[in-house]
Amino acid sequence: MRIDGADVAAEPRPGQCLRTYLREQGTTAVKKGCDAGDCGACTVLLDGAPVQSCLIPAHRAVDADVVTAAGLGRYGPGSDPDAEPEALHPVQQAFVDAAAFQCGFCTAGMVCTVAGSREVERLSESPGRDQAGPDRRSASASSVGEALKGNLCRCTGYRSIRDALAGRVNTEVAEPGEAFGRAVVAPAAARIVSGREPYTLDEPAPPGLLHVAVLGSPHPHARITHIDATAARGAPGVHLVLTHHDVPGTLYSTARHENRLDDPDDTRMLDPVLRFVGQRVAVAVAETPRQAREALALIDVEYETLPAVFDPEAARQPGAPLLHAGRTAAEHRVADAGRNVVVQIHEEHAEPGHDGVDAALAASAATVSGTWTTDRVNHVAMETHGARAWLAPGGEEGDVLHVRTSTQVPFLVRDELARLLDLPEHRVRVVAGRVGGGFGGKQELLVEDVVALAALRTGRPVQWELTREQQFTTVPCRHPMRVGVRAGADENGTLTALAIDVLADTGAYGNHAPGVLFHGVHESMAVYRAPNKRVDAESVYTNNLPSGAFRGYGLGQVQFAIEGAIDELAVRLGIDAVEMRRRNVIRPGDPFVVGRPVDGDLEYGSYGLDQCLDLVEDALASGRGDVAPDGWAEGRGVGLAMIATIPPRGHFTHAKVSVADDGDFVVDVGTAEFGNGTTTVHAQIAATELGVPTSRVRVRPSDTATAGYDTGAFGSAGSVVAGLAVHKAAAALRAHLKTPTPLVVGANIAPKPGHEGATITLTAKGEVFAEATHDGSPRSVAFNVHGFRVAVHRETGEVRILQSVQAADAGVVINPEQLRGQIEGGVAQALGSALTERMVVRDGVVLTRTLRHYRAPQVADIPDTEVLFADTFDRLGPRGAKSMSEAPYNPVAPALANAIADATGVRPHDLPMQRDRLWELVRRPPGPTAAGPSGRAGR
Amino acid sequence: MDIDIDTVRVARSRADCVLRPGEAFLGGGTFLYSEPVPAGVTGLVDLTGMGWEPWSVDGAGLRVAGTCTLEELLAGPGRLGASSDGPYRGLGIVGECVSALTLSGKVARTATVGGNLALGLPAGSMVGLFAALSAVAVVWTPEASTGSSQPAGSREVAVADLVTGAGRVGLAPGEVLREVRVPAAVLGQRTMFRRASLTPTGRTAAMVTGRAGEPAPRITVTASVSAPLSLHARDHDMLDRWIDWIGSTGAWYEDTHGSREWRAAMTRRLAHEALEELGGAA
Repeated sequence: MRIDGADVAAEPRPGQCLRTYLREQGTTAVKKGCDAGDCGACTVLLDGAPVQSCLIPAHRAVDADVVTAAGLGRYGPGSDPDAEPEALHPVQQAFVDAAAFQCGFCTAGMVCTVAGSREVERLSESPGRDQAGPDRRSASASSVGEALKGNLCRCTGYRSIRDALAGRVNTEVAEPGEAFGRAVVAPAAARIVSGREPYTLDEPAPPGLLHVAVLGSPHPHARITHIDATAARGAPGVHLVLTHHDVPGTLYSTARHENRLDDPDDTRMLDPVLRFVGQRVAVAVAETPRQAREALALIDVEYETLPAVFDPEAARQPGAPLLHAGRTAAEHRVADAGRNVVVQIHEEHAEPGHDGVDAALAASAATVSGTWTTDRVNHVAMETHGARAWLAPGGEEGDVLHVRTSTQVPFLVRDELARLLDLPEHRVRVVAGRVGGGFGGKQELLVEDVVALAALRTGRPVQWELTREQQFTTVPCRHPMRVGVRAGADENGTLTALAIDVLADTGAYGNHAPGVLFHGVHESMAVYRAPNKRVDAESVYTNNLPSGAFRGYGLGQVQFAIEGAIDELAVRLGIDAVEMRRRNVIRPGDPFVVGRPVDGDLEYGSYGLDQCLDLVEDALASGRGDVAPDGWAEGRGVGLAMIATIPPRGHFTHAKVSVADDGDFVVDVGTAEFGNGTTTVHAQIAATELGVPTSRVRVRPSDTATAGYDTGAFGSAGSVVAGLAVHKAAAALRAHLKTPTPLVVGANIAPKPGHEGATITLTAKGEVFAEATHDGSPRSVAFNVHGFRVAVHRETGEVRILQSVQAADAGVVINPEQLRGQIEGGVAQALGSALTERMVVRDGVVLTRTLRHYRAPQVADIPDTEVLFADTFDRLGPRGAKSMSEAPYNPVAPALANAIADATGVRPHDLPMQRDRLWELVRRPPGPTAAGPSGRAGR
Repeated sequence: MDIDIDTVRVARSRADCVLRPGEAFLGGGTFLYSEPVPAGVTGLVDLTGMGWEPWSVDGAGLRVAGTCTLEELLAGPGRLGASSDGPYRGLGIVGECVSALTLSGKVARTATVGGNLALGLPAGSMVGLFAALSAVAVVWTPEASTGSSQPAGSREVAVADLVTGAGRVGLAPGEVLREVRVPAAVLGQRTMFRRASLTPTGRTAAMVTGRAGEPAPRITVTASVSAPLSLHARDHDMLDRWIDWIGSTGAWYEDTHGSREWRAAMTRRLAHEALEELGGAA
């Protein structure tokens, strides 16, 4: 076989696919997204034609010529084999110019697909850049949809990819010192489009690497009465088998937060009690993945099955099977284990002169009550969870445990690993390379404990790469919620009362249950003024797979319900939907009230909700967008959302900016890059402060050995927490370099006025660096408003989006193209959960185990969204900026449901609003003559 | 993905197609390599090494080999059918039937017609395509006693009868789907295609293929039922009664790609559209 111009002779194994063969030859430009032909991340050119290499039997390709993203620039269609090794193919350059990636994990496969597809090639032959009018776009939209239907991107929302295909340039080169606010290219762009950026498992395999396979529970609730791994331990290639007898019994939570006490201690590495189908029963570690898999079959396990409960309402009723009996609030932070309740909130607040929710509703001109539900959603980060651990010499104290993992929170993983394995923190080093998408799913400790313990026990490097099926069946999903809302208003539309009753299904474990519940009811309730408010909320254990952190962190589920209720109130009162919100949203100076006034560090660092409402209202009235097809019902709807710019109770970071030997600058910061764009933002901030081009700034993120402590990349903190520290350190360094002040070796308080928050250090070698920290407080608020015009086809349940617009209040925009991409990506992910995505779970068994059965949006499913920015300056953020990563997701589903309600007169209460369910909801009742279904009427 | 087997043999002759214990046939492989292999399968016999001509057309009609890739089907018979009034206009639905699969053009390069038929999945659109064209499958039957190098015979079965349920196909162990044959008389008849799915490029939830002909247009339903169903529909009322009958037998198929009720309604809608287009009497 010839791979990117080089001949290889290795014989493939029987049953081996081309993807793993290529990676074993060192060609890590070939990614694994699904390993089942659904996502396209592994696409290569096979004798010139694009194929998904995970589906190609390797034995057929031994005489083939294979070109991967790494070789596209020299060996791709039309390329020159004598070009520089780093040369980019025109398609790759187009992806760079259009900023057509975020995490970039899908990109290598995407560019190979486009470069090898004659159909797409024709599409991109546009007469000139930016010349393509709307007609041409819509004409080509369906062909692009067909050509790229084998490629999933979870980050971008596809608009930028369509731009790349059309040759549009969305990025620019900023003058030195002027990068802030400009659409500069991500520093890793060229490496990403050519597949050279090393993701978690893309570094060369260390010699002696062992592989992990895990036996999953066949039962939703069972106790292991007997387990014998003797035969497995003696199987060929097996180095280690772990059962619950062989691991520390320390209780922990897979969820990771700044304060580990935020989550209940209810989980063990290997537990003799199994609480969901797929939970770890035993671990095998062997020389090949297959040997590890086959060893699992040799483990002798006997189970005593226990009664199981799958419905969260049933789970909290008397007599329900208890999942974590005996756990207490004081010791384990489980609120009421006797009712399966992990966490509960019951609060009511009445302003002076008001008598509470019930009295207010009884006296209101209009009231609404209803129940809204959201389903289980999977993150579908294109890179599955995976980690490698090994031991490396660490001086006199012995070896240091290294863990390279796909995580958003390397420092939190380090701390908990040290605790679980009883190691001092400095003997554990956790590194995240570029992470292939997270969306909250990688704010968990899911694979690191296993590889770490296995490396310690075997002394060998150990790797565990989850399959896509494991991503669906064992990795925490978004919390499904049932939200009851009661709301009332006077005849002017002024809210009199707002009450919610939330039931969240946290599944078998309580990871993120408290955080999601508290956050979910927080900004969603606080954004509306009402003199009487009440919150009842509980998160309940069931024998379903665990729920966890997901973009929006509970807000999207609750906001879906509240925005539906507010919309319904407006309908009943005959008040315009936007106007209804204008009359009731909080304004600067108003207290933040949830079920009681919020006492904390949340402030109005800026306020742009009014502008966002105006922007969306104007856009929907502009006449832009498509026209509804004949016979379809047309409607419009809006939804809004507020989000705190930083997670509560501390989010700490440390940034170090130093002068490198070559005169460039290095930024060391502990937060992780997973497509959120913080590396670009940090380079922009540092370059602006230092007065240099971004090309002279190198950002080194997410390594616990090289960076100072950082709580991690969640809660949209990368720009405003780590960014602020980078800003302070870079500014102090610049001030120092301009007029150097005598320093003594060691740390010095930055001696320039205005830079007291930073330190300047002179090393014995004469190197100078600046450091600064940020503690994540005080926090500001950001806003998003989404608007849709839709057409609904009653006969089929199809929803067509005629216009989609989102206005975001992100403060001063650091990188307009990148921010637009974050918003579009959030909108696309939200459209998936609103319309098509649903993990089907029956009696605790996940039925949607592959991407082809799950319906994450493809390019054809996502229309362009007009993205508008409010003009605000936040006094708390770096140079006036606010965070904007999770938030765009939150207002989308309610806006869409509201538009559908406007179109059809029937309000959807349940997500996803997929065609069959919507058809059921809005179909006309059968006519008087029709005894059964009458197709003639429905034609 | 890598599948846990021990041997792969590339079949070059019919004698190679005799399965040994633990072996299964490998077509394109795009399904087989997308899931762990079934328990007990330890080896594969790769039929793509047989070198069968992907397709041919002559006075008897169209023959499509089991190993014909979907891309070859598109480029050959699909292109023949592109002209709306030519002698092969019956093949005008080939492109839509290939598009109806969730697989992309990249997978169509490897996936085979025989593989799609032999899977027998309700959403397998080759079933609806060849059933609409009244195609017959030629199946190689294995030698009853092992050890003989002489190949055994073959049998023919209508494609519409080949699939007997969701994922159930009337192929005995060791049988090979050699080819499908479309009668010449059918090739020139007008055909049409309709489908419904939860998303524009998603898995097919209801598919209706139709063919004009005497005494009446023939309507074939797949995807919303576990096995293909066909009717010579004289008029819309007859079609309605037939669809009611399908419901009365409990045949509507349900999985995560659409509810039973919705599939039934979409099938009815699409079938009437098909009949309308084929000029059925009102």
